Amino acid sequence: MSNIMTAENLCLWYGNTQALKSVNIEIPEKSITALIGPSGCGKSTFLKTLNRMNDLIPGVKITGDVSYNGTNIFDPSVDVNELRRDVGMVFQKPNPFPMSIYDNIAYGPRTHGIKNKAKLDDIVEKALRDAAIWDEVKDRLKKNALGLSGGQQQRLCIARALAVKPKVLLMDEPTSALDPISTSRIEELALQLKDEYTIIIVTHNMQQSVRISDNTAFFLLGELVEWGNTERLFSQPNDKRTEDYITGRFG
Amino acid sequence: MNKKKLLENVIHGVFLILGLITVGCVLLITVYLVISGIPAIREIGLFKFLFGKKWESSAAEPSFGILPFILTSIYGTAGAIVIGVPIGFFTAVYLAKMAPKRIKAVMEAAVSLLAGIPSVVYGLVGMLILVPGIRKLFKIPDGASLLAAIIVLAIMILPSIIKVSITALEAVPKEYEEASLSLGATPVETYFKVSVPAAKSGIATAVVLGVGRAIGEAMAVMMVSGNVPNMPSLFGSVRFLTTAVAGEMSYSSGLQQQALFSIALVLFLFIMLINATLNFFLKRDKEK
Ligand SMILES: Nc1ncnc2c1ncn2[C@@H]1O[C@H](COP(=O)(O)OP(=O)(O)O)[C@@H](O)[C@H]1O
Ligand SMILES: [Mg+2]
Repeated sequence: MSNIMTAENLCLWYGNTQALKSVNIEIPEKSITALIGPSGCGKSTFLKTLNRMNDLIPGVKITGDVSYNGTNIFDPSVDVNELRRDVGMVFQKPNPFPMSIYDNIAYGPRTHGIKNKAKLDDIVEKALRDAAIWDEVKDRLKKNALGLSGGQQQRLCIARALAVKPKVLLMDEPTSALDPISTSRIEELALQLKDEYTIIIVTHNMQQSVRISDNTAFFLLGELVEWGNTERLFSQPNDKRTEDYITGRFG
Repeated sequence: MNKKKLLENVIHGVFLILGLITVGCVLLITVYLVISGIPAIREIGLFKFLFGKKWESSAAEPSFGILPFILTSIYGTAGAIVIGVPIGFFTAVYLAKMAPKRIKAVMEAAVSLLAGIPSVVYGLVGMLILVPGIRKLFKIPDGASLLAAIIVLAIMILPSIIKVSITALEAVPKEYEEASLSLGATPVETYFKVSVPAAKSGIATAVVLGVGRAIGEAMAVMMVSGNVPNMPSLFGSVRFLTTAVAGEMSYSSGLQQQALFSIALVLFLFIMLINATLNFFLKRDKEK
């Protein structure tokens, strides 16, 4: 399997505080990589670096490389909007737009120039089906998305991200605000999606990582302590700190 | 214990009375306007009063038609909105979303200052710069015109439009904008397709406030509009509902004075209508 994204010596500062310390990692295509670690260790920061959402925060300084399909994403020739189209994102708190369900999904494709109604209809239906929410919303596509439950909203956000046909899907603790049933639905969904997409998911729930991920990366204080096959990492961690964390001795 | 309760009740009563002062003023003004505005309308006839095209209040055979004033007020306000709203709206989007911190601080201070300038100063500057400018530019005998009034009003309503729109735009949750950007939309696409629609009630409120300010303004428009009761034309001298009342009140008597009260009543009804619209938007905002 080839690597769709890699980070090399990636460091990131918010002003004077360093949030990422020389991170090196490879993300294999069509797999699920879980990022774990205690709160504040830099998981979200790393995730947001991969589609350059950190560009929006003033005072951020980045050194090192992140490559996507072999090109450095920080290269001046890279169109950041194109990058974000390929590397989509699902946020911790479900954040559907205050518009209809249909318009939420159609937002991305419309922005990228698709006007044809029939084509949009197809994209919307496919995205909603792929996100396993079609049956629940197909009769109320014109209703406001804010009327959905939290779990439905999060799957809607996944559908919205899928509608622009990304290659990589970044998910930042997508289930932390959800009930157990919604959570397991999203986990099932992630497992289905990995046939077509590469998924990188932040989770503070180690069981979730074990259940769904192929690889796991353990962050601590801005450092990527170790990463690798999930089963191996949880059964035979290479680093003492990883062992302490997964056995619950801290964090 | 009882003493405390008594004190509570007294304080309660005092506050109620203070609150009633406002309500009392509104009631008093409303009742007074209605009572003093109706006799002239009765005497002249409602239709003749509202749709009469001639206002000759001090002629031997006086005629009291206020259609010129009504239309002037409507056109003047509409013109100010047509010019002021786009400028104010884009300024607000720029300041709320795009402007670097320092530029934003300076421009917001300027907007606040603009809001604080008394209307007589707008009138003065309009009289000395705008009116001669229009006269020369369009080669007309007198620059005091509806156009001059529209420009002055457009500038006067800018601050409220900008400030209220900024507040609405800044209240848009950042999560919406992040979601849009993460889908590959550019920042400008994001502001206009997500932030502005999410702030649309607030922006509508801003526009209605602007309408209210424009239609109620008297001093500045009196100074730049020529104050002649013509049917409105862009380059002609005109008179507004407000200035019609203010201009003749000091020397009027009898039916003429009563007619002025009737004009005030018409203006009052216009403003009530605008307030109702405003409340509609505010209420809809709350319900969301
Ligand atoms: N916008 C920001 N400005 C300054 N510091 C930040 C910002 N976002 C995160 N940080 C800091 O960076 C560190 C890593 O944060 P984060 O990536 O959110 O951690 P995690 O997602 O693992 O909980 C924390 O110490 C946090 O306080
Ligand atoms: Mg986080």
